[in-house]
Amino acid sequence: MYKDKIEEINEELKSVFTNIDKEQTLENIKVEYMGKNGKISTLNSMIREVPNEEKKEFGMAVNNLRNTFNELYSKIKEELENKEINEKLNNEAIDVTLPATYIPVGAAHPIERIIETLENLLMSMGYDVVEGPEVEKDLYNFELLNLPKGHPARDAQDTFYIKGEEYLLRSQTSPVQVREMLANKGERPIRIICPGKTYRRDEDDATHSHQFTQMEGLLVDKNITLGDLKGTFEEVAKKLFGSGRETRFRPSYYPFTEPSVEMDISCFNCNGKGCNICKGTGWITVGGAGMVNPIVLKNCGYDPNNWNGFAFGFGIERLAMLKYGINDIRVFYVNHDLKTLKQFNRREY
Amino acid sequence: MAISLKWINDFVDITNEDKIELANKITKSGINVEKVTTTNIPNLVIGHILECSMHPDSDHLHVCQVDVGNATLQIVCGASNVRKDLKVIVALPGAILPGDFEIKKSTIRGVESNGMICALFELGLEEKIEETYNKGITELGSDAIVGENPLDYLGLNDTTYELDLNPNRTDCNNHLPFAYEVAAVLGKEVKEPDISFKEINEDVNDLVKLDVTTNNVSMYNLMIAKDVTIKESPDFIKQRLEVAGVRSINNVVDISNYVMLEYGQPLHFFDKDVVGDAIVVRMAQDGEKIITLDKEERDLTKDDIIISDGKTPLCVAGVMGGLNSGITDNTKNILIEAAIFNPYNIRYTSLRLNLRSEASLRLEKPLSYEYCLKALKRACHLLEKYADAKIVKGIVTYDKVDKKPKVVDVTLQDTNAILGMELTNQDIKNILTSLGFAYEYKNDTFKVTIPNRRQDIYLQKEDIIEEIGRLYGYDNIKPTLPKITTKKGEYRDNINFRKIISKRMRSLGFNELRTYTLIGEDEKDKYNYNFGTTIKLNRPMLKERSYVRQSLLSSLVDITKYNLNKKYNEVLLYEIANVYWEENDEYMEDTKLAFTLSGNYLMNTWNNNVYKMDFYFIKGIVENILDFLGLSNRYSLELSSNLPKEIHPKINSEIIVDNEHIGYFGKLHPSITKEDIYVCEISLTKLINHKTNDVKYQEINKYPVVEKDVAFIVDKDTPSIEIQKDIKRAAGKLLTEIKVFDIYTGDKIDKNKKSIAYNLTFEDNTRTLTEEEVMEKFNKIISKIIEKYHAELRDK
Repeated sequence: MYKDKIEEINEELKSVFTNIDKEQTLENIKVEYMGKNGKISTLNSMIREVPNEEKKEFGMAVNNLRNTFNELYSKIKEELENKEINEKLNNEAIDVTLPATYIPVGAAHPIERIIETLENLLMSMGYDVVEGPEVEKDLYNFELLNLPKGHPARDAQDTFYIKGEEYLLRSQTSPVQVREMLANKGERPIRIICPGKTYRRDEDDATHSHQFTQMEGLLVDKNITLGDLKGTFEEVAKKLFGSGRETRFRPSYYPFTEPSVEMDISCFNCNGKGCNICKGTGWITVGGAGMVNPIVLKNCGYDPNNWNGFAFGFGIERLAMLKYGINDIRVFYVNHDLKTLKQFNRREY
Repeated sequence: MAISLKWINDFVDITNEDKIELANKITKSGINVEKVTTTNIPNLVIGHILECSMHPDSDHLHVCQVDVGNATLQIVCGASNVRKDLKVIVALPGAILPGDFEIKKSTIRGVESNGMICALFELGLEEKIEETYNKGITELGSDAIVGENPLDYLGLNDTTYELDLNPNRTDCNNHLPFAYEVAAVLGKEVKEPDISFKEINEDVNDLVKLDVTTNNVSMYNLMIAKDVTIKESPDFIKQRLEVAGVRSINNVVDISNYVMLEYGQPLHFFDKDVVGDAIVVRMAQDGEKIITLDKEERDLTKDDIIISDGKTPLCVAGVMGGLNSGITDNTKNILIEAAIFNPYNIRYTSLRLNLRSEASLRLEKPLSYEYCLKALKRACHLLEKYADAKIVKGIVTYDKVDKKPKVVDVTLQDTNAILGMELTNQDIKNILTSLGFAYEYKNDTFKVTIPNRRQDIYLQKEDIIEEIGRLYGYDNIKPTLPKITTKKGEYRDNINFRKIISKRMRSLGFNELRTYTLIGEDEKDKYNYNFGTTIKLNRPMLKERSYVRQSLLSSLVDITKYNLNKKYNEVLLYEIANVYWEENDEYMEDTKLAFTLSGNYLMNTWNNNVYKMDFYFIKGIVENILDFLGLSNRYSLELSSNLPKEIHPKINSEIIVDNEHIGYFGKLHPSITKEDIYVCEISLTKLINHKTNDVKYQEINKYPVVEKDVAFIVDKDTPSIEIQKDIKRAAGKLLTEIKVFDIYTGDKIDKNKKSIAYNLTFEDNTRTLTEEEVMEKFNKIISKIIEKYHAELRDK
């Protein structure tokens, strides 16, 4: 009798789990069979009717039934859950090709980028970064640099003077060197670079700007040679314009250096063959330099018999124009269009 | 201004040198040859017109049979003066005339033509004007040899160099000094110009008395040339002046220019019969006047040197002659001046009068007394030769020049130590010789005498070593790195602080700007926050760039507006720069950080997830920076009535750190812009002085926190910060956080009131708080606020 019952339930379980698409249906089935008054649960009460010698067999049969139910139930349950998650995923689908939200992070000015590149290189070579005032004394900007009043080389740097001719807007960053030498009183070696704003009475056009940026370097120590300057310049040239650059010096003139040189790099555009950028010469002038003139050392408290050194200077706008292919210097100061600025919102090197 | 190589060839033999290669050598040695131009045109020959007949199909063309030496060519010619037996310039097929016009064999109206008979203007050797055009083809003399180069025959074959000189070597714009450079790179010798002449038996000292009453003259020489014939200059002088860009006037005036272009020493010629027998060189008096050559009346000052006849000024020394004392077509006798003045005075005067001539530009530089005297004599030589002059014996001289030779000691060791090269003593000897520098070699030392013509060389070994180095060639320098101690470089002073702030601004979304330091009258008082005296330039270039700014905001706001006009939705800009002002006769400096913002933050173009940047946004930026610097709890941001007039009086805050005012921020005043633009300016110089300690870790509270909410109805204009301060004071240490979570104004409460709801957090990191003690604090807060602000509690 009970065997029939068990067999009957077993048969039912084979079909009752088919075509279930709702969790509720599944739970109803669970109640129907496993609930307090469920078909399987109530089998237990039949034990009294089972003969003693069959009681063990009966117990095992009911247990098997339970296990069969639970297995089937879990399987369907998992299927339903998977189905639900899959539906949810499908419902959540978006068009991933729509534009992103713009995360604003600002860009450094191209001038600042070049300055920091040079700073990082030269600091690694032991140069301190030093600054000085833009409203400067004629004494520091010219006189102590071997540019006395009436000196012809002042021509090249028509200057913005303030109040008489004692003060001016510095026309070069060299006064920072003067200040550094005076501060060290001829006693200590010096290794500095001084980036900063400079001003000259130039009319603003594509290649001239009344305000521009220089970075000068000064090294004062013992037994320094023009070769050391050239080696230092090579490092800078390669850092800025790539390891393939060749360098050369051409004789030049600055009142504060003797000998003085122009620093050229082989053209990065044509590799020396001659093109628009290098005006057919294969070379591009990127800065001026030289051995510090003993007159300047003396003026600034260094005994030229014990000390010597070199100084170099770069026009940052020129480097930036060459590096980024900018052909109008005003881009750095006016026309500050966000489209211009944002082009510099990425890393290099 | 260009150098004629034909002229140079008078001094150094360069006949067989390649002119381009020579230019490269000179450039490498530091005298920059910028442009090489040659008049030589290949495939030009002298031709002889053997026959000339009318073209069968034209009323003005002729058909000529021209002997060009190795052949007889048929050439069609349209010039009116073409005729039989004429010697002419023929451009053969293959010749390229100016404008890239290549001559080719052609057929002109059915007649074969094998070249072109030319006029000088067609060769670019004369200006094409009506006069030269009407002359037709150039007619050569009967002595011209058929088949030879017509430009050689005319003396027009020349190569010219245009130079781009460093300011210390402008002497090289003159032929003799340049010739010395040519000789130096070629290792050749210079043959100086002929300065010989005959003297007549009269003494110049009897004819003119000189009185120099100023120290601003170091040398002043006068000679007299009598009985000159004024006429056209010889061709070679005219041609050479033209190369140099000087217009030919007559033989006498041309000679003064010619000599100047040779030596670099300007001369001045007076009409002796006009100036009389006394010359006084003195400083002008303020208010004195002279009418110069150009018929302009000039006001003089006490810094101008003048030449006078003892009464009236004859000439502004070195700058321009007077109207009546110069050379005219009727001049017979010439007083020749060769002088060296104080360059500073010449420069000052020529700049002030805006008269910068070839002469004044030369006199602005130090000049050689040797060349001064040689130029004087060279002029006499040429006047005798080309103007029939008779030269009066002797020179009237005023001479304060220190003539002690400049001698510098240089050693091989010094030379190699400075240049980082490996020269030998023989190298140095060769270079000094090629430069024409006299030297004595004794005890391993070169005693080098600096020639007087090289005024640019200073009395120190480095100057000589530079000469040696530039001629030896800087390509021989081996790159090395200084053999000095290794150390780490660092940012000095406040630079690092500025860089950190700059990076923070970028990470917050702001783009960096660089704007001009110089601003205009209209802008100089804008955004005036405790300005000092504005610095004004003496001689601005433009009205808009005549003052040194004290605020960066004026420029930044302009750029913000520019970008808003361009319809950019999100504008965040910043600049860090120094500003300057005057205070008690000193110039003060401050490093400012300024930033502006307008538009939306976190933009997306297709959904509405945007935050419109408002006052609380810029306040958040300010707090972000201050908190980042570790200044939390040390600053206050409060409405101020003392801010620049460009700032909204009700939407602003002053930034106060440790009781110091360091800047402000706020919305722009509606009179400045209709856009919602927010601005901030902070003194970084002040900010950096507020030092902070390193981060000190604090353990997180393990005990439960208690939160309480309360809403007060208070007067609308009550600042929330005041209430917060009172809440804090009433609650004491157990209150660790106050958040505003709701603001309400509207129908449900009085229209002059607002409701502020606070969320208060109580905690103690040593124990669990009891409800009673929190309630006690909470009630204390409520009664304090109700009492002080006549507040009501708002029912939730």
